[in-house]
Amino acid sequence: MKYLDEYRDPRAARKLVAEIERIQTRPWTLMEICGGQTHTIVKFGIDRLLPEAIELVHGPGCPVCVTPLEMIDRAHAIAVRPEVTFTSFGDMLRVPGTGSDLLALKAEGCDVRVVYSPLDAVELAARLPDREVVFFAIGFETTSPANAMAVKQAERRGLSNFSVLVSHVLVPPALRAILESPDNRVQGFLGPGHVCTVVGTEEYEPIAERYHVPIEVTGFEPVDMLEGILALVEQLETGRAEVRTPYRRVVRREGNKQALALVREVFEVCDRKWRGVGNIPESGYRLREKYSSFDAEKRFDVAAIEARESPVCISGQILRGVKKPVDCPAFGEACTPQNPLGATMVSAEGACAAYYAYGRHLAGVTG
Amino acid sequence: MCLGIPGKVVDTFEEHGILMGKVSFDGVVKKICLDHVRDAHAGDYVLVHVGFALSKIDEDEAKETFDLLEKMGGLEEIREPKT
Repeated sequence: MKYLDEYRDPRAARKLVAEIERIQTRPWTLMEICGGQTHTIVKFGIDRLLPEAIELVHGPGCPVCVTPLEMIDRAHAIAVRPEVTFTSFGDMLRVPGTGSDLLALKAEGCDVRVVYSPLDAVELAARLPDREVVFFAIGFETTSPANAMAVKQAERRGLSNFSVLVSHVLVPPALRAILESPDNRVQGFLGPGHVCTVVGTEEYEPIAERYHVPIEVTGFEPVDMLEGILALVEQLETGRAEVRTPYRRVVRREGNKQALALVREVFEVCDRKWRGVGNIPESGYRLREKYSSFDAEKRFDVAAIEARESPVCISGQILRGVKKPVDCPAFGEACTPQNPLGATMVSAEGACAAYYAYGRHLAGVTG
Repeated sequence: MCLGIPGKVVDTFEEHGILMGKVSFDGVVKKICLDHVRDAHAGDYVLVHVGFALSKIDEDEAKETFDLLEKMGGLEEIREPKT
C-alpha cells in the first residue's frame, strides 16, 4: 500500500480498503463518471489498492474530451475571421482540431484568448464594441449556469457583438447510453459530486431503478472515493440499487434551483454527438429560440463543417468502460498528450491522458 | 474541468443587475458571480466553478478540498494569468 502515505488520512483509507475486501464476495465492475475522479484514481492508485475482483472503469466525464472534433474545427473557422475575438477555457483551447489547436492560431495573428469565466468574455464584448466576441461554451451541467448567465447578461447589456458556440453535454443520458449498450460491463456508478451540486440527484433515481444499478454520489478526494466504492460494493452485495450521497455535505437532492431555472430559461435539451461515443439522444443543450441571435454557429454559418476521427483510436470503448487505455495499440506510442488521436487523450482529465501522466504506458512500471 | 474550488467571500456587490463578490482563494482574490447563491455573505465559504459560486460549504470542507486540489495540481485555473 505504498500510495497510502500520500492520503489525507491513510488510516481511514486502509480501513476502507480492508472493509471492501471483507464484504466483497464476487467480482464487480464500477465506473466513475467524473474526469476529476479518474485523475484521483490514477494518481493515488486507488484501482491498485482494491481487491482484484473490483475493477474500476473510466467514464465519459470530461467535457473537453467529449467535445466533437467538428465542433473544434467549427471554432477554428470562426476564430480565423479577422473581426473575431475568440475565447474559451484554457484546456479547451489547447485541444487540437483537424489542423492546429485554437491557441496556436494566436501565432498566426488571430485574436484567441483564455478566459477564466464566461462573464469575462461578456466583459470583453462590452470593452471591444468593434469586435465580434465569441465564447466556446462547453461543459457538463456544472458549467451550464455560468454559460447561461453569460448569454443572459449579454442580452441584458444589449451586447449584440457577443455570441456563444455551444457544445453542452448532460450526464444522465450518457449513463443510459452506457447501460443500454450490448457490451456493457458497468454494474455500479460513482456519481459526480460537483455536477450534482447543480442538478441534484433526482435525475439519477429513475436510472438506478430502471437498470438496477446503484449510484453513489461522491467527491474526488481519495478517502471520499473509497467510501463511495465501499458503499457501492455494499449495495451490490446486498442486491440494492439506490442513489445515495455520502457527499451530501455539498449536494442537495434537488440541486441548486436558482441556477437550474436560469439554465432552463436559456437552454433547451437537444441531441448531441459525443466525441468517441457518437450521437446520444437528448444528451445536451442548445440555445432556446429566444436566444438564437447569440448562436455563433448560425451567426458565422459553420454548422455544416464535419470532421473525420482517427480510425485507430478506441476512445469510444474506453468511455463506455468496455476497454482500458492500455488495451489500445496506439496508447503512449502513436497517441500521446502532445499528439492525441482521440477523446480520452486530449485533456488531462481524460482516462488515457491520466494513465500517461502517471507512467502507465511504460513497461514494467507498477506505480 | 467540473471541479469546484472553495474560496472565502470577502465582500459582495451588485453589478449589471446580478450579485457579484470578491472571493479569496488562499489569498488570490477574484471577482466571482454569486447570483446563484444569493444568501452568500462576507465570511462564507463557497464552491466556485469557472467564476461562479455553485453552493455554500463549511470551512472544514473548504480547507480539505483546497488542500487536495493543491496536491492534484487543480488550482491552475485561478492562478493562470489571462492572455
